[in-house]
Amino acid sequence: MTSNKSKELLLEMKNIHIDGFSDERWHKILKGVDLTLYRGEILGLIGESGAGKSTMGKAAMGYTQPGCKIIKGEVNFNGIDLAKLTEFEKRKIWGTKISYVAQSAAASFNPAHRLMDQTISASNRLKINPTDVLKKDAVKLYESLQLPDPENIGDRYPHQVSGGQLQRIMTAMAMSPRPELIIFDEPTTALDVTTQVEVLSAMRSIVDKFNTAAIYITHDLAVVAQMADRIKVLRYGEEVEEAETRDMLSNPKEEYTKSLWSVRSLIKPEETNQDYILSIKNIDAAYGSSKVLYNVSIDIPKGKTVAIVGESGSGKSTTARVITGLLPQSKGEIIFDGKKLSPKLEQRSKEELRKIQIIFQMPDTAMNPRQTVDEIIGRPIEFYQGIKGKERESKVIELLKMIELDETFLDRLPSELSGGQKQRICIARALAAKPDLIICDEVTSALDQIVQEGILKLLQKLQKDLGVTYIFITHDIATVKAISDEIVVMYQGEVVEQGLKSKILNPPYPDYTELLLSSVPEMDPDWLTNLLNKRSS
Amino acid sequence: MSENLSYSAKSEVANLIKRRTRVERLKIALSKAPISAWFGMAVLFVYFFAAIFAPLIAPHGEAEIFPVAYAPWGNGHIFGTDQIGRDIFSRIIYAARNTIGICLLATFIALGIGTVLGIIAALDRKYLDQLLSRIVDTLMAIPVMIFTFILLSVFGPTNFNLIVILGILESTRFFRISRSVAVGQVVLEYVEVARLRGENLPYIIFKEILPNIASPLIIEFGLRFIFIIFTISSLSFLGIGIQPPSADWASMVRENAILIQYAQYDLTAGLTPLIPAFAIALLCVSINFVVDWYLYITSGLKDDVK
Repeated sequence: MTSNKSKELLLEMKNIHIDGFSDERWHKILKGVDLTLYRGEILGLIGESGAGKSTMGKAAMGYTQPGCKIIKGEVNFNGIDLAKLTEFEKRKIWGTKISYVAQSAAASFNPAHRLMDQTISASNRLKINPTDVLKKDAVKLYESLQLPDPENIGDRYPHQVSGGQLQRIMTAMAMSPRPELIIFDEPTTALDVTTQVEVLSAMRSIVDKFNTAAIYITHDLAVVAQMADRIKVLRYGEEVEEAETRDMLSNPKEEYTKSLWSVRSLIKPEETNQDYILSIKNIDAAYGSSKVLYNVSIDIPKGKTVAIVGESGSGKSTTARVITGLLPQSKGEIIFDGKKLSPKLEQRSKEELRKIQIIFQMPDTAMNPRQTVDEIIGRPIEFYQGIKGKERESKVIELLKMIELDETFLDRLPSELSGGQKQRICIARALAAKPDLIICDEVTSALDQIVQEGILKLLQKLQKDLGVTYIFITHDIATVKAISDEIVVMYQGEVVEQGLKSKILNPPYPDYTELLLSSVPEMDPDWLTNLLNKRSS
Repeated sequence: MSENLSYSAKSEVANLIKRRTRVERLKIALSKAPISAWFGMAVLFVYFFAAIFAPLIAPHGEAEIFPVAYAPWGNGHIFGTDQIGRDIFSRIIYAARNTIGICLLATFIALGIGTVLGIIAALDRKYLDQLLSRIVDTLMAIPVMIFTFILLSVFGPTNFNLIVILGILESTRFFRISRSVAVGQVVLEYVEVARLRGENLPYIIFKEILPNIASPLIIEFGLRFIFIIFTISSLSFLGIGIQPPSADWASMVRENAILIQYAQYDLTAGLTPLIPAFAIALLCVSINFVVDWYLYITSGLKDDVK
């Protein structure tokens, strides 16, 4: 990490007010935030979703999304007020002096062009150097970002490389014109922990190498701790606090900042028993002709929580789909409550369906946007228990109280709820069926830290009160520590390990478990450096 | 670590925007409606009013015959009389009832068949989808006009046959649209949740999917209504659409077409066959205006303010 002793001012944003327009109304997104950035410095912007951190990052380029506008404030970049420039003048600065790395590289590349052409397109547009010089430079950038086969990777199309590689190529694209400022907008959020480590280290080393200033936007404090010299915390469009990374981590001043990493303090003592509610035995499953599960066997003890961990593509969500019957297995059997479950959803009885419920990762798509909370929770009550009218409503209110909400939520639509509230409603909907087993498929990974903690606590409480069993699918080890009794590690469609939490999380590990566990970012700012040293030695 | 005193699930969204009621949203939309939309709505109101209250508004009966054929304008017959002495103004009003009624029924049948089958195809995505989609392709490959002509010759040109045949032939368009929009919805988890609950097909179609794909279907409904008016009018003009003595704009154009030759002697006589033609045109333009406005509201185009 560079010291910012030289303190040469690069960007100064003063009293930024931004309004957004939606549903025929203007509302405030940013309410007077200041920001200063010196040359070669990395500033971390963190906050929950809706805190205005992305809007702030974009405003640093003098850009606002369609439907938003800068009401007040200055964006002084190198002495020029970007907020006052015309679109044409700003385009000369964008892509050359300031560049932007977006969250989803897969969605940001043009699938019809080769990676090399896209990497150098901004530099080419402004004729910084002849094309062949730019191409040679891009290869060097690929090399320093540790991309495989740097000479030829540029000839590929975006779909021919992995997500982590694409994110690094996007960093090369941002770096190609040698900007003075790069804005990273949640660049690793969509990646697996194991890939995230590679991308983070590549980005950090290249920013260091060219002494580029950067704004790093994320909601993950552990990630920002590795990247930033200074951290600014935003909430509701206002600044909460700002401090040097080490100061902030060791001594956060505001209550809110402390709460941001509270999930990491949640711990559950493990318990288990030999009374299995669900056993899946030697399951194979395939999507069409591509096989995704190989001989998977898992036992789920009654009333306990089993976490299934692994990176994306490891088959953990597919396992859930097989258990629910959405994807019939091609081999093996599922024993639920002592009875064999038929592979196909249509052949299972209503009672069998009622006993297994699932909660999905994205509450936004898991609820019908046109139904109110009352309809969403009330339907399973009516469907399984035949309760209607007033009685149904009182049952719904009972469930709402159970998930720490109240009857004022009855007539709300999903779009009128926050991410955490939505997930709570999904939990209530699952509970409304009075299930024995709930499959939680990455239920907290789309949520902010503080909300995650609330949801996990709620799930623990419900288990204590109702004795329901959970299968918890996740790639987040902190969540696993917080909630599970047993852990199943999956890799490429196979079970690597199954056992008690204490056994899995303590050495000796199989190789893959080791890699997975060591890749989880820790709050220590030296974690990444130490990890990389350890891995290279 | 201490409990988070500041956190509560209820207050998670501090600045939650209060939902507007349907009436409020309608008011806002109306207050911003362009003049073309107002014009369209006003015209449609007049048409539907005329269609519903035809017997009260029309001065004479639909098939009432007066002694003078081809009577000039005025003298108790606002637009004169036709070739066998029926009052043209009254027939234009009754025609609104026949044309709009038959076209609406046909469009509703098309909407119903096409949408339900389209969603079923989207839910299936396998053999049934292939079967339905290829049948629809085949039907769409045959020009609607000619196909209707043949079928009407076979089954006879009654109003019932007209409605059913057009309803089925035009349902292909609704099938295409609803299938393509529903494909995006059926993969979302809320549909999976309903399937996992054990819900039956009608519930999934009507309660879960349909409300979420309604806007493109409403727009298609408006446009398809216009096309069906055209088709029926063309058929009537050719003599196999709506049958006499029921009044119909297109057959009125045909019946009085000869009057155009007398325009050099009496301009109003020359205009007489053009009035029902104008009625068709005005209706179609008005529907288009309203549909355009609805499209603008629902498509999110309005969110692009600079």
